[in-house]
Amino acid sequence: MFVKKLKDGVVGAVTMFSLLWAGTVSAEWGLNMTPGVTPISREVYDLHMLILYIVTAIGIIVFGVMFWSIIYHRKSKGAVAKQFHHNTFAEIAWTIIPILILVAMAIPATKTLIKMEQTGDAEITVKITGYQWKWKYDYLEDGLSFYSVLAQDSNEARQVGSSIDPAGVDHYLLDVDEPIVLPVGKKVRLLTTAADVIHAWWVPALGWKRDAIPGFINDNWAVIEEPGTYRGQCAELCGKDHGFMPIVLKAVPEAEYVAWVEEKKAEAAARAASGDKEYSMEELMVNGEDLYNKNCASCHMANGQGVPGVFPSLLESQLTITSEGLAEHIDRIINGKGLMPAFGEQLSDADIAAVVTYERNAWGIDTGDIVQPADIKAAR
Amino acid sequence: MSDSHSTYFIPEPSRWPIVGTVALFIAFLGAAIMLNGSAFGTLILGFGFAAIVYMFAGWFADVIGESIAGKYNKQVDVSFRWGMAWFIFSEVMFFAAFFGALYYARVFSVPWLAGEGAKLITHELLWPEFIYEWPLMVIPDLEAFAASLYNEVIPAWGIPAINTAILLSSGLTVTFAHWALKKNNRSGLCWWLAATVLLGFIFVFMQASEYIHAYDELNMKLTSGIYGSTFFMLTGFHGFHVTMGAIMLLVILIRSIMGHFSALDHFAFEGVAWYWHFVDVVWLGLFIFVYWL
Amino acid sequence: MSEAVVHEDHHEHHDHKPTGIGRWLFSTNHKDIGTMYLVFALIMFFIGGAMAMVIRLELFQPGLQYVDPLFFNSMTTMHALVMIFGAVMPAGVGLANWLIPMMIGAPDMALPRLNNMSFWILPFAFALLLGTLFMPGGAPNGGWTMYPPLTIQLGDAFPFLIFAVHFLGISSIMGAINVIATVFNMRAPGMTFMRLPLFVWTWIITAFLLIASMPVLAGAVTMMLTDKFFGTSFFSAAGGGDPVMFQHIFWFFGHPEVYILILPAFGIVSQILPTFSRKPLFGYESMVYATASIAFLSFFVWAHHMFTVGMPLAGELFFMYATMSIAVPTGVKIFNWVATMWRGSLTFETPMLFSLAFVILFSIGGFSGLMLAITPVDFQYHDTYFVVAHFHYVLVTGSVFALYAGVYYWLPKWTGHMYDETLGKWHFWISTISVNVLFFPQHFLGLAGMPRRIPDYAVQFADFNMVSSLGGFVFGVSQLLFVYIVIQCVRGGEKATNQVWEGAHGLEWTLPSPPPFHSFTTPPKVTDATAHS
Ligand code: HEA
Ligand code: HEA
Ligand code: HEC
Ligand code: CUA
Ligand SMILES: [Cu+2]
Repeated sequence: MFVKKLKDGVVGAVTMFSLLWAGTVSAEWGLNMTPGVTPISREVYDLHMLILYIVTAIGIIVFGVMFWSIIYHRKSKGAVAKQFHHNTFAEIAWTIIPILILVAMAIPATKTLIKMEQTGDAEITVKITGYQWKWKYDYLEDGLSFYSVLAQDSNEARQVGSSIDPAGVDHYLLDVDEPIVLPVGKKVRLLTTAADVIHAWWVPALGWKRDAIPGFINDNWAVIEEPGTYRGQCAELCGKDHGFMPIVLKAVPEAEYVAWVEEKKAEAAARAASGDKEYSMEELMVNGEDLYNKNCASCHMANGQGVPGVFPSLLESQLTITSEGLAEHIDRIINGKGLMPAFGEQLSDADIAAVVTYERNAWGIDTGDIVQPADIKAAR
Repeated sequence: MSDSHSTYFIPEPSRWPIVGTVALFIAFLGAAIMLNGSAFGTLILGFGFAAIVYMFAGWFADVIGESIAGKYNKQVDVSFRWGMAWFIFSEVMFFAAFFGALYYARVFSVPWLAGEGAKLITHELLWPEFIYEWPLMVIPDLEAFAASLYNEVIPAWGIPAINTAILLSSGLTVTFAHWALKKNNRSGLCWWLAATVLLGFIFVFMQASEYIHAYDELNMKLTSGIYGSTFFMLTGFHGFHVTMGAIMLLVILIRSIMGHFSALDHFAFEGVAWYWHFVDVVWLGLFIFVYWL
Repeated sequence: MSEAVVHEDHHEHHDHKPTGIGRWLFSTNHKDIGTMYLVFALIMFFIGGAMAMVIRLELFQPGLQYVDPLFFNSMTTMHALVMIFGAVMPAGVGLANWLIPMMIGAPDMALPRLNNMSFWILPFAFALLLGTLFMPGGAPNGGWTMYPPLTIQLGDAFPFLIFAVHFLGISSIMGAINVIATVFNMRAPGMTFMRLPLFVWTWIITAFLLIASMPVLAGAVTMMLTDKFFGTSFFSAAGGGDPVMFQHIFWFFGHPEVYILILPAFGIVSQILPTFSRKPLFGYESMVYATASIAFLSFFVWAHHMFTVGMPLAGELFFMYATMSIAVPTGVKIFNWVATMWRGSLTFETPMLFSLAFVILFSIGGFSGLMLAITPVDFQYHDTYFVVAHFHYVLVTGSVFALYAGVYYWLPKWTGHMYDETLGKWHFWISTISVNVLFFPQHFLGLAGMPRRIPDYAVQFADFNMVSSLGGFVFGVSQLLFVYIVIQCVRGGEKATNQVWEGAHGLEWTLPSPPPFHSFTTPPKVTDATAHS
């Protein structure tokens, strides 16, 4: 009776395993790896399928023999146990055959791996730096540089008890404010590193992920063949918001890419100029809130209360609520301290001015202080 | 005492293991609280240490008592031997972790940071000023390490060489002590042991003065980048083991004076001697890989 | 209890049993200590399981419903530490304590006082570790792998984590030394090495792994401690170190560690399958050599956990080949088990059912392990739920299932009563079905791109996560049945015979059920006929 149940159970498990096969037919079920959009990613996918087929076949044979015993060599069927416990031929065979199978797997794997390491002669180099919890992209040839953080609508929906339905948010948790843009058909070299802890940059469609390690640079490459938007995530535990630092990669035709680079350069120039302007309180507060939510809220929380024991509350900080604290307040943001990252390079004078003003006048603090970009420039 | 296989020795229930556990717990707790910046922790730690000493004293007193009462047989002796041997092996593996770190730093991470091997780009973009040499005189992030830069390290052929000679000869003296013991020559045993203990403490003393020299005059510290880290952690743990070994030898010396050992039955002596040889061998590794090469 | 030497004479010393709390606190008895280990492991399994339930509950649907991300990370981290160091390892040591002296014909372990300390350290070490749940800044949340620099960011809990690891390491090393001394030195006359039951063999090899690997872990966390508090720069490039160096040292411990968790399980299954097949174990010698090869190889594969850190090509290739090669000796074991059943006379009591499920489900875990070993593809699999699925197949349906099998198998011997076979089968079937519902879909999640260690996920992962969580809840609740069965069996039931199982062979089955306080006060004479089956 229970033998039948055992059979059923295992048949169930085997069915599930073969579902994985079915997944290759309809990848959109989200059952299987996708073949991706680079030559390497397709090789990786083929390798994955090859090995999956091999182990499934081995499994069917080995479990098949086992079930034969379970069904036919049962005591209740009157089976009498033979007493053999040795068979040199069989033992040699089941050592040699697996070795051969493994060698057969290792050969294509080695070939693919060697190809993956060929990072030379790339036309475009992008340095990717992981921060807690955002990505920075530096286009080394064009001198472009920008940060990329979780899109604001996802960010609001993902707060504990936000009661916003994730299903209603576009690309929930897989969307950013500024995607990395790359041209199709060109060899791109992607360098990964990090500023604080280890992160890992992973876009499945490229066929690999690579750790971003502080103090070291890893490199990798891709030739993207199809235009499109490809999404990925940070894949190395990097603290509280590890789950909330997605990657969005837009692959566009060459001409579009060139236009994008120009547009970005113009934006950067405008930003640099903003440091000489004077702003009104309202402007500073509006910009400040936006910047605060993007850059600071992950630690100090949207309401400024922080996380007890880890990230200090700004509501009670001598730096934010007293006017004597102002200089140190600015300094803390520019230079950081301990776990508090240095934002001096990430944010412009205007940005820091806005954030400081915001922190000193939000959440009922109301010091009334207005900080201008010039003050920040002076403090640097 | 009987050599027969048919009699087993099983100790009575003992309170020392649980005392030891609680003592260690208190020590760890205290150390953790201390590291979190509370002076109160130091107090607890001290209390924990005292309790550990109490436990060792009590536990070993029991064992010594049983041994003297002749309750042990050959089998117990062999069990103790296996226990000590594998304990020493575990210590070897502990040191292996630190030697591994030294190896990794010298063969991989430091050359990589200086642009060798596959990591040229790391050097170019992140640490363009860093150059590979060992001992490390330039530290990748010079600003962060400005306070603990040094231009000189401790050369192998000074105190370290003398210390090598000291430890090697202490290995000999402890062997002479063993030979004397096997001939039931108690005064020989005691004198050679005393010499070993003395050499051990001289070693510790020299090591300490070397540390003071490194800190005060060379500005070479635990905080001086990976060279300082590996140097002080390796030699420091070794020095700690020498200290423990010397204290153990001292206890054995006292027991020898009290006449606890016989030519045939002296596992405690041998265990400590093994430990001492282990400390000796680790030093050779240190001398070669930390000071010399 | 005045005379400690147990004499040759034949009357059993039942009356020597110490009583009261002192019996447990000061125990030098392998059975009492074994029992404490097993009870402790079960409690820890429930604590670790409760944490897993928090994880599964939060992942039941997308969005953050119950816990904040930092606490979620603490749950993941603590779940793993509790399960590995608190549940599975101690359960293995508990079985070793109970069984090794009985299997080799000894009265007790070689170093009984050390044995006591190995056990009692555990609750105290876990007090240090679990206490951090109530600290400002929270419990450890950098993953059980404790990678710096993230783990160095930890608040007040940091030194507690490090010292708890040291403390646990001390316990494991002492336990391992004891096993080695016992097996080397306490075997009954005639019990040669090649007559040792396989469970004993797997345990000596495990003990070697422990002694060689735990101190290395201690070294790694010590370096992290000094990096944080004393300004060393082992794991910081700014001073010439490398965060990846920690990973190398950690996994030099970590990979042998996973075999520490599975080898005793192999041993248990190798005892049970012959019994219920009524046939000697096939290929005893090759089983021994295969176990030793697995252990040996396990020291040369560590970097397969870190293919994505950017090692030089030669390193990646070496670790890929070395890892793949472990499939060979493991395969030998699987084939030998299958051959043991072949043409036997099989019955399907609960221990057998769990062992059969073990063979299949562990193999599935091994197969996914082999897929992970293929470096270029691991670049995709790494740090996704595919890995989570892999290791839960080998750990839960591997180690834990084998431990269940072992407990059902020896429980009648320990207690003198039969457990309730019907309930045992229910426990088996519910567990086996639900555990597959729990972990199988995680393969799909991983392949579809869901990273591990995240508290919330994109909506396309919602369906399988819900299935997985439901399976998890059923699996969790069904473990309460196990507790009920064990308690019921301890309190009474049908009297067990000495041999208990028709096909059982080996010295432990020659002792009465329950066995006397000191297992063999006179060494039995062992011959080929009375040795392992
Ligand atoms: C009990 C514990 C256990 C066991 C036994 C194993 C066994 C194996 N593991 Fe697993 N593993 C873990 C526990 C375990 N693992 C854990 C906990 C992690 C994650 C840690 C973390 O990051 O938190 C992990 C992660 C892990 C990784 C890293 C994945 C990643 O992070 O990217 C890899 C990669 O190579 C791997 C490989 C293997 C292999 C090849 C085996 C082999 O030993 C399997 C061998 C068995 C078989 C292959 C099946 C039977 C064989 C046959 C029937 C013979 C014929 C077969 C063939 C010829 C194919 N494991
Ligand atoms: C031996 C080790 C072991 C065991 C037994 C388990 C058992 C389980 N594990 Fe675990 N797990 C690990 C080792 C183990 N795990 C490791 C090493 C990691 C990696 C950690 C890291 O990333 O750092 C991990 C990570 C891990 C994750 C990934 C977390 C993440 O990446 O964020 C998940 C998610 O589903 C999970 C789930 C489970 C479940 C549901 C069980 C179940 O089998 C548990 C079943 C048991 C019980 C449930 C207890 C008994 C019942 C009760 C307490 C009664 C009450 C019940 C209810 C209220 C329902 N585990
Ligand atoms: C990665 C987490 C993190 C992020 C992001 C972060 N902070 Fe902080 N912040 C901290 C920590 C930790 C401290 C405490 C530093 C210390 O004193 O050691 C801190 C301290 C501060 C302080 C001083 C508070 C005090 O009482 O000491 C101010 C002001 C502050 N942060 C503002 C900001 C602003 C503005 C931003 C965004 C531009 C920001 N922080 C982003 C972690 C963070
Ligand atoms: Cu960044 Cu995870
Ligand atoms: Cu591994």
